[in-house]
Amino acid sequence: MNPDRIKLIAVPVVLAALAAAPLALGTGYWLGLATTTLMFACLAQAWNLLGGYGGQFSYGHALFFGTGAYVTAVLQVRLGLDPWTGLIAGTIAGGAIGAFCGALSFRYGLKGSYFALVTLAFAEVFRILATSVPFTGGGAGILIPLKVSPANFQFADKAGFYYAMLILFAVSLIVTLAVERSRFGAYLVAVRENEAAAAALGIDIFRVKLGAITLSGALAALSGVFYAQFFLYLDPHIAYGSGVSVEALLAPIIGGIGTLFGPLIGAIVMRALGEVANVWTDGAPGLNLALFGLLLIIVLRFLPDGIVGLIGRLGRRHA
Amino acid sequence: MLEVANVSKRFGGLLAVDGASLKVAEGSIAGLIGPNGAGKTTLFSMIAGAVPPTAGEISFAGQRIDGLKSHEVCHRGIGRTFQITQPFAGLSVRENIAVGAHLHHRRRADALAAAAEVAKLVGMAGLLDRPAASLTVAGRKRLELARALATRPRLLLLDEVMAGLNPTEIGEIIGVIRGIRDSGVTVLLTEHVMQAVMSLCEHIHVLNQGRVIAAGAPSLLVTDPKVVEAYLGRAAAGRIEAGSRHAS
Ligand SMILES: Nc1ncnc2c1ncn2[C@@H]1O[C@H](COP(=O)(O)OP(=O)(O)OP(=O)(O)O)[C@@H](O)[C@H]1O
Ligand SMILES: [Mg+2]
Repeated sequence: MNPDRIKLIAVPVVLAALAAAPLALGTGYWLGLATTTLMFACLAQAWNLLGGYGGQFSYGHALFFGTGAYVTAVLQVRLGLDPWTGLIAGTIAGGAIGAFCGALSFRYGLKGSYFALVTLAFAEVFRILATSVPFTGGGAGILIPLKVSPANFQFADKAGFYYAMLILFAVSLIVTLAVERSRFGAYLVAVRENEAAAAALGIDIFRVKLGAITLSGALAALSGVFYAQFFLYLDPHIAYGSGVSVEALLAPIIGGIGTLFGPLIGAIVMRALGEVANVWTDGAPGLNLALFGLLLIIVLRFLPDGIVGLIGRLGRRHA
Repeated sequence: MLEVANVSKRFGGLLAVDGASLKVAEGSIAGLIGPNGAGKTTLFSMIAGAVPPTAGEISFAGQRIDGLKSHEVCHRGIGRTFQITQPFAGLSVRENIAVGAHLHHRRRADALAAAAEVAKLVGMAGLLDRPAASLTVAGRKRLELARALATRPRLLLLDEVMAGLNPTEIGEIIGVIRGIRDSGVTVLLTEHVMQAVMSLCEHIHVLNQGRVIAAGAPSLLVTDPKVVEAYLGRAAAGRIEAGSRHAS
């Protein structure tokens, strides 16, 4: 069977398995962990679209995550809008910030580490802005009032949040699949592989990159919006901190960069490892980061195409 | 169909192309020859929009194209290959060619099918699922050709597609290029393989140190002392001229 068709079948199968997961995970701690894992997988999926398929490594995806989170929080707290409007507005804002950041960097041909640094700088600027402007609640953060009701994107039980997040993750997965199968996706990969050749074949490199960062920004904002609803509290460091940016890029690299399921697999592996580290070290802070660093080194050294690449190679050996 | 008028390109202190002019007639196979460093690739890059000219005008099908970007030039109907091959290394041959085919096919399935058709034309049908990175030099040259062809150009610029090939492979690719021309595509090519240039081209321009020093039918150029001098140096040109005077 050709790989295109396998993916077309695998996506609904994986989503169905995720939908059934609460049966095995119960309704307590583990379901909460699964929920944040999906949130993180959605963010990773967003990064992968731009970094994995497009080859434009962002070091500042917190920019989009934080913007999604703050837009929905501020709209609710300051303007009294409902969080579903916040979801839409936050997603659009993430895409718009992506377009703005992309227009500035790609217009001037910034690539590689220069582009990465610009995204990092953008995220930092927004972190400082969120600390200093009044309507975000400044450094003290912003609290979304508790008012449990599905109409208010707040659920009475963990399963409600889990399924809400699963839908958002499904959006990010299906968008990625659609991109893979589209002309835009072929052009995005061509730009990653060789810009001169891509341009000679009629590809407007600037437009393709701009499209990718806009889409990536919007998807990353989805996970930020969910974060705000799930924890009902935000501060500039949580939203725009570099920790978010690092997690966004580690999961796809570990799982398999530029692959459909890499971000999900990477997110699951990292969260599982984080749990193990927590148990072993009695929750010593920062140790999970050290562990992720170690994992990254191992992957870069032995698995250049991540876990998905390893599975592919094993599959071929047995075939 | 293509007209290059007094085009120059300066790289810092180096005048790589110096007021070059040439015309390519629709439906022909034209050649651009000259010693290493003459400026052939630079001239191609200017026609293709990859490098902006310092001075001069380039027109295609009656419209100015200098100042356009690479992708815009491609949309106008000019395809090019790269002398230093530029494959999408992480993709298969089929996917490489499909990127070109996407210019006229929005759907992925259509582009992949068109890619298979183009692969047949250049004799790559058996290599479609190979990773581009695994191709030999000859394979990469063909892939360059196939990708450019997949954009359905009206003018094809071929930059040394025979370099590094063995005589059998050269014979095959000459056949492919003739086939392309017969399908209605105009071809402008640079080549160091003289036998190929002589047998393929109807009209040849000779570039030396950025200047067009001669132009005409292949048979006329081989006896042109300016051309011989550019290739072999002044002494050789003198000897050959003396020799031909003896003979006549
Ligand atoms: N981007 C560049 N920057 C500076 N100099 C360049 C650049 N590209 C080409 N040159 C110089 O311009 C001159 C012409 O180079 P070009 O590649 O056009 O020659 P060519 O006729 O294609 O040679 P060859 O037969 O070896 O392919 C050379 O001296 C080369 O070093
Ligand atoms: Mg050259």
